[in-house]
Amino acid sequence: MFVINCPYCGEREQSEFKAGGEAHIVRPKQPTELSDDQWAEYLFMRKNIKGIQYERWNHAHGCRKWFNMVRDTSNDKIKAVYKMGEEPPTE
Amino acid sequence: MKKNLRVKSSKFIDETYRIGFKFNGIKYYGFKGDTLASALIANDIHLVGRSFKYHRPRGIMTAGSEEPNAIIQLHNNSSRTEPNVRATEVEIYEGLEASSQNCWPSVNFDIGGINNFLSPILPAGFYYKTFMWPANFWEKYEYFIRKSAGLGKSPTEPDPDIYEHRYIHCDVLVIGAGISGIIAAKISAKKGFKTLLVDENPYLGGSTIIQNSEFFKLNNQTSGSWLEKEINEIKKIDNLEIKTRTSVAAYHGYNFLLARENLTDHLPIENRKNKTRQRLLKIRAKKVITATGAIERPLIFNNNDRPGILLSSAIKKYADLYGVSCGEKNIFLTNNDSAYEAAISLIQKGINVAAIVDNREQVDSKLLYEVEKNNTKVFKGFTVTDTFGYKRINKIQIMQLSKDGQKVVGSKINLSCDCLGISGGWTPAIHLYTQSGGKLKFREEDQVFIPKNQSLDHLSVGSCNGDMTLNEIMTNLLKDLKLFLDINDTDYENIEVLSCFNQSKRNIWLLPSDKNLGKTKPFVDYQNDATAKDIKLALREGFRSIEHVKRYTTTGMGTDQGKLGNMHALGIISETAGAKMGELGTTTFRPPYTPLTFGTIVGRNVGEFFDTFRKTPMHDWHVKNKAKFENVGQWKRAWYYPKNNESMHQTVQRESKAARDSAGILDASTLGKIDIQGTDASEFLNRVYTNAWSKLAIGKCRYGLMLNEDGMVYDDGVTTRLGENHYIMTTTTGGAATVMGKLEDYLQTEWPELDVYLTSVTDQFATASVCGPNSKKIISKIFPNLDLSDGNFPHMSFKNTKIGNISCRVMRISFTGELSFEINVQANYAKSMWEKCIEAGKEFNITPYGTETMHLLRAEKGFIIVGQDTDATMTPIDLQMDWIVSKKKYDFIGKRSLYRSDTIREDRKQLVGLLTENPKEVLEEGAQIVTDIKKLPIEMIGHVTSSYYSPNLDKSIALGVVKGGKNLIGKKLIIPMENKNINVTVADPVFLDKENKRLNA
Repeated sequence: MFVINCPYCGEREQSEFKAGGEAHIVRPKQPTELSDDQWAEYLFMRKNIKGIQYERWNHAHGCRKWFNMVRDTSNDKIKAVYKMGEEPPTE
Repeated sequence: MKKNLRVKSSKFIDETYRIGFKFNGIKYYGFKGDTLASALIANDIHLVGRSFKYHRPRGIMTAGSEEPNAIIQLHNNSSRTEPNVRATEVEIYEGLEASSQNCWPSVNFDIGGINNFLSPILPAGFYYKTFMWPANFWEKYEYFIRKSAGLGKSPTEPDPDIYEHRYIHCDVLVIGAGISGIIAAKISAKKGFKTLLVDENPYLGGSTIIQNSEFFKLNNQTSGSWLEKEINEIKKIDNLEIKTRTSVAAYHGYNFLLARENLTDHLPIENRKNKTRQRLLKIRAKKVITATGAIERPLIFNNNDRPGILLSSAIKKYADLYGVSCGEKNIFLTNNDSAYEAAISLIQKGINVAAIVDNREQVDSKLLYEVEKNNTKVFKGFTVTDTFGYKRINKIQIMQLSKDGQKVVGSKINLSCDCLGISGGWTPAIHLYTQSGGKLKFREEDQVFIPKNQSLDHLSVGSCNGDMTLNEIMTNLLKDLKLFLDINDTDYENIEVLSCFNQSKRNIWLLPSDKNLGKTKPFVDYQNDATAKDIKLALREGFRSIEHVKRYTTTGMGTDQGKLGNMHALGIISETAGAKMGELGTTTFRPPYTPLTFGTIVGRNVGEFFDTFRKTPMHDWHVKNKAKFENVGQWKRAWYYPKNNESMHQTVQRESKAARDSAGILDASTLGKIDIQGTDASEFLNRVYTNAWSKLAIGKCRYGLMLNEDGMVYDDGVTTRLGENHYIMTTTTGGAATVMGKLEDYLQTEWPELDVYLTSVTDQFATASVCGPNSKKIISKIFPNLDLSDGNFPHMSFKNTKIGNISCRVMRISFTGELSFEINVQANYAKSMWEKCIEAGKEFNITPYGTETMHLLRAEKGFIIVGQDTDATMTPIDLQMDWIVSKKKYDFIGKRSLYRSDTIREDRKQLVGLLTENPKEVLEEGAQIVTDIKKLPIEMIGHVTSSYYSPNLDKSIALGVVKGGKNLIGKKLIIPMENKNINVTVADPVFLDKENKRLNA
């Protein structure tokens, strides 16, 4: 079970958090302009990487804030956490 | 007269404190400090159980948690009964009752023992192969297999004991209090780290504490007495917490560990009352040091499983710690120096050691010379080829090993004995290390897996790190610890070490016999009766992966998880398959290290504390009025209120009729309520609901449907505009939390520019819904000053008003299709408000109704329930709710998905009404709907989602989803049931008052 460093609250047990899938998938501003395939790309396609993965997490049983996390899925090491809207760290 | 094998007093045993216990119904005595195993051996009892498959007599084999054979049932036929308990771990207490498992009628005469003679026809995979066909016979086979499967019996009564969970945070956790653990804990604590030291035994010091030999010394004292002083010192250190009888079960990521602390299992039962029995420790440690030691390996030879065959280290421990001799004529079989340590211990105590059979041909060992000096014969280069004695070993047969160790040569020599100690070297206990994700490397010299690398948050020390001698332990421990804790010095820098252990070893995974392998029984997994033969058979049959061989032969799958034999299984596989040990890998060591009781896992979360439940402020009233409750999410909702022995059906019929004929009242407090404020609140609602919100006037309510981005209905409810920038949204009871979460997600991540604030107010407000043609009269009695005319207070609007000084929000909204009013008040006034409604409604026979009637009433109107009539595959179009989907809005969550190629298919399942040919016939919810029952396979085109008998229409009604259902109105379909086929007609889902006249009645 991870210890997650919430960017707003600090280190907390994983049980306080909820995982929210892959990060940096932006909802299209004009969905109606998209073809079925383009919309499906946004709606369904998610990566499942062995290695460095960017994920959304929510401090559900804490401050309720969403934030992003960089995790190495091969060993579960959390490389970084950062607030929504912030640029992902470049290593 | 039974023999007494208590041969020597021990400081770990209190011989002034005699304890009586029963084993298989017979009373025996032991002393305080004894385990069940040591007390049984003191009473000359080795036969303890029967093996799983062949029912072979089995005895105590070890003196620790790795025990595969001596597993017993505690307190059979009582509420405290516990199966599969290792006799080697049970400390005896007054009143202990234990019995053998897996034998009938008794451990001495077990009918299942016939399997032993049938064993040639019961090879690995026997059950898989035999009971495969004919396929439809499985049910018959299963009955008999189940009957003979399993070892112990699970309790049938509730557990009377108390368990709890505790969180512990520490800087350094040290697992194992042997010599390495003690030193590591002391250094860590003295350097100021908050340290926790745990050990599964009731005492500290591991195997070193009983080391009283001139051959192993620290600073010129025997290692045992040196360690004893250290232990006395660490007990005085403030920031060091020590927990004995505490076994670490699991080592998860981020140094999160679970351990079981045994608090009362060693006490007489009458002293356990009101005490916590076991505690699950949830430990979060900054750094973890595993000092879990090593487990002695058995040797694999023909008939190596008889009672009286023990690990040599166990024989030593029984003698040194418990003062018990395992036999009167002891022989050891070994491939390394360890057996000599045990032999010397016995000889010191005057216990006979008849011979030592050593696989090694030439050994320059001080320990060996010492044994020989005492006139014990050592057979060098020999091995045991067979053993004799059904319920207790009485003879062994030995032969000389060939040069390559693959055959035996020369003549057979028979030696009589009543105890055989075996030692195949040591296996580092790397279980916890690998659980934490640590990788292993294979060390050729002594054929062991050891930790590959150390990290900054985890360190293995001592023999679990592969350091097998005192020299190695002291050197590596200090070196590694300094790096790990980032310290420069320790108190142990100039310690003088004397260790006479010769590390040579002659490793032969499967010792040869003069007999053909097929005629021998060399057990690899004692508990599951897997032999070397079975493993070779699995390889012949094509299994290659170690994980597959494990499952096929069941090697390592017992309650002991193969702590003894797994290495041999690997060795035999590697030899047979010609693969290198290091490349073969190991099977996965999974938590728990030793079995946990369910009680420990559950802790205090039992009975009413199993899950939290939520009650509305009116809950007590419902209880007083005999409501039956149903669980909706965590809520307890009033389900129906039976009167005078009414059945559920009768109750719901009465309640439903009353609500439409006069007045009904429902506790609607559980619906989710979200307070929405901010200058962009209207825009926000536009984006999350399918319909338009900008033009909703202040004081007005609107029903909304919420979709997922995939276009599927997610939640619904009425939202009311309280002010220019202020709304209150209601959600379904079960969906409240997820809706809130989803809305927050969009606000925080997709639309952070919106000025909107969400607050859950579900618990702050409570709601009574009064409905029916007389509801207006009742409301006017409660609020005499409120103008209830349709002009002033139309359907889908709300008024702020008061009962006395208490503010109320009254909404004229309806989920039943009747004229209805929902009164919302601050939760702490809700019960008196409810009672006021009941009082005011008395003259109109106001009838409290529960969720079941609510469901029936809304179904009459064709209103959906999200989660009952929808299942995350239904779009609003599928629900025939096109009217609520705005065509004008540029975007809302899920809009784009409503015209994907899949969602626009005409033949999607669509919500329709269903009327049975026989109006008395009520359909079963979930029943399949078909068109043609003659054409096989029958195509299923839909299913029933809601079904009731409507007392107001006096006929059965149902909702269902049917492929292309919209275009099937009037068509006849069939619902095939077990005993009959029910004819139904597809109908409009609105069954009652299509014109909505009743809303304004």
